[in-house]
Amino acid sequence: MKSVRYEHLALSGRAFYVLLAAVGGLAGIGLLSAWAMEHRGHWVTGMDNQIVWGMPHIFAIFLIVAASGALNVASMGSVFGRAAYKPLARLSGLLALALLMGGLSVLVLDLGRPDRLIVAMTTYNFKSIFAWNIFLYTGLMAVVGVYLWVQMERRFQHLAGAAGVVALVWRLALTTGTGLIFGMLIAREAYDAAVMAPLFIAMSLAFGMALFVPVLIAAYAAGGHTIDEALIRRMGRLLGIFVAAVLYFVAVQHLTNLYAAEHTGVERFILADGGAITALFWFGQVVFGGLLPLALLFGKTRNGIQSRVLTACLLIVLGGLAQLYVIIIGGQAYPLQLFPGLEVTSSFFDGQVNTYTPSLYEIMLGLGGFGIAALITVVGLMAMPFLPASTALGAEQAEAAE
Amino acid sequence: MSNFEKAPTCETGPVNRRRFLSGLIGAGTLAVAPGVTLYKYAEAAVSSKVRWGMLIDTSKCKSGCTKCIDACATENGLTSKDRPRTDAQWIRKVDLRDSKTGRTQSLPVMCQHCAEPPCVDVCPTGASFKRADGIVLVDKHICIGCRYCMMACPYKARSFVHETLEDQKPHAPRGKGTVESCTMCVHRVDAGGRPACVEACEAAEHGAMVFGDLNDPKSEISKRLASYPSMAIRADLGLDPGVRYQGLGGGR
Repeated sequence: MKSVRYEHLALSGRAFYVLLAAVGGLAGIGLLSAWAMEHRGHWVTGMDNQIVWGMPHIFAIFLIVAASGALNVASMGSVFGRAAYKPLARLSGLLALALLMGGLSVLVLDLGRPDRLIVAMTTYNFKSIFAWNIFLYTGLMAVVGVYLWVQMERRFQHLAGAAGVVALVWRLALTTGTGLIFGMLIAREAYDAAVMAPLFIAMSLAFGMALFVPVLIAAYAAGGHTIDEALIRRMGRLLGIFVAAVLYFVAVQHLTNLYAAEHTGVERFILADGGAITALFWFGQVVFGGLLPLALLFGKTRNGIQSRVLTACLLIVLGGLAQLYVIIIGGQAYPLQLFPGLEVTSSFFDGQVNTYTPSLYEIMLGLGGFGIAALITVVGLMAMPFLPASTALGAEQAEAAE
Repeated sequence: MSNFEKAPTCETGPVNRRRFLSGLIGAGTLAVAPGVTLYKYAEAAVSSKVRWGMLIDTSKCKSGCTKCIDACATENGLTSKDRPRTDAQWIRKVDLRDSKTGRTQSLPVMCQHCAEPPCVDVCPTGASFKRADGIVLVDKHICIGCRYCMMACPYKARSFVHETLEDQKPHAPRGKGTVESCTMCVHRVDAGGRPACVEACEAAEHGAMVFGDLNDPKSEISKRLASYPSMAIRADLGLDPGVRYQGLGGGR
């Protein structure tokens, strides 16, 4: 087996500064938005006592589940023995760390008291899945850190397989925990279902892959290299399977809910009467985020595979954000059923469908999470040798494997 | 501590050691006393032998009457910023109408002080907690403002403090960026009193709210619960709320 040579991302001075200014600026605007929200109070956002979680949570959860999915390629190489993916494991780990840090930053910066992060890190209620998630998130950072280290340190490379298995198990636990944030909410009819856990695992596989492929292609393009088409086709097919899995679990989620008469109200709201929520579900999530990417990824034409996969990735990311909007906002917009079967009115908006208009602050904070993740990725790629010098090796081994 | 800053003063000349020390002790006592008093309250009052609860007779609760809400706001210093979507509401009046029969009812809804509170289960730091006597509270010192408890509460009983507060009541501390809800006027209960809403309802001669110990069979609330049918909101969830309703019915 040939040994793989890894390279730093080599950007010319000007390109480096432009890129750094772009991603750093995005991260900076996010931080400024967070400061404004904390300083003035959350009333300046679109969130209120009815819609208590908003845009920051959509972005944060997207980034966190995508972080887990960014490890797909590493897992395929180390755990499932797919040789073609092995050289890309380092990039996979770096992207996972970057996305996780981006997502967690948004989550923490949206807290009412982000200054009490130390309280969250030292005072636990172990009955709370949130408390478990704090361990799962910080633990994944440590696990991926060790995984990257054993890959890069020649003396410990024999441990890479074991570290890969730990990382795989850990990330499955992490996405299970993230799904259960909603799955364990007995109060809200749109949640309170065990299917949330496998749904979030499938979402993580799709979203993470949909971010990994463009980052890989961009990093290679920046270095003046191109990636072997066979590898892109392979990753595209894998991505397609993940997208199909998401659609499957979404169908299970809604069909099982529809079966129970008590939940037909919330299902009618999401699937038919919810206005923007319904439109986002059918067009954002299902058509543009699911069916169209499937057609692009499994289409018969063999030409332009790279642009088709990249388009599919973009659609999956946007569809994923739409899906989280439908889950998080849709689930809260539908009123809590305190008195089933009765018409309810109050000064606290009981019985009403809650509206949500996100402010620029929370959108910028969410995008800032992407900025932080991109900043860490760019700096990481330039500082350390994460990129294999050529994916031709990957292609060779891909053929050997097929 | 402002007491420490002010106490050891000396007008002129060298420091008088005796005055300095006595001042220091005085200041220390002043600083610690409120904490000790609160600690004594907490230690002395809380016992799992009692379970505080409330019974609301919806047939006596008048639609449009907001005496209980006004009393709660005054007692706990809940001021409105004229932003109804973000203003805190610890207690609210809910009007119900059965579309099949046309029957209407009005009733106050607040934290139901569940025996199995979902807000306590989901709170990552343990800031949401239930006292031994059944009162569910938020420890404002360790609440990080994640709002998971608000997602988890089936009664929509909690509010997030969305902006800076002024003129707070010393017995009901609140804080921007933390979550809060009905405390069942714990400061009154610990001093042997009743919640402000219950007293206001009684003063208005409606008598729709009864407060007492659910564990004491001789208490008025227990006697009423034993004599008349009552129910909990969303009893199907099995949370065993401490707030019960009499005369509530209709719907599916």
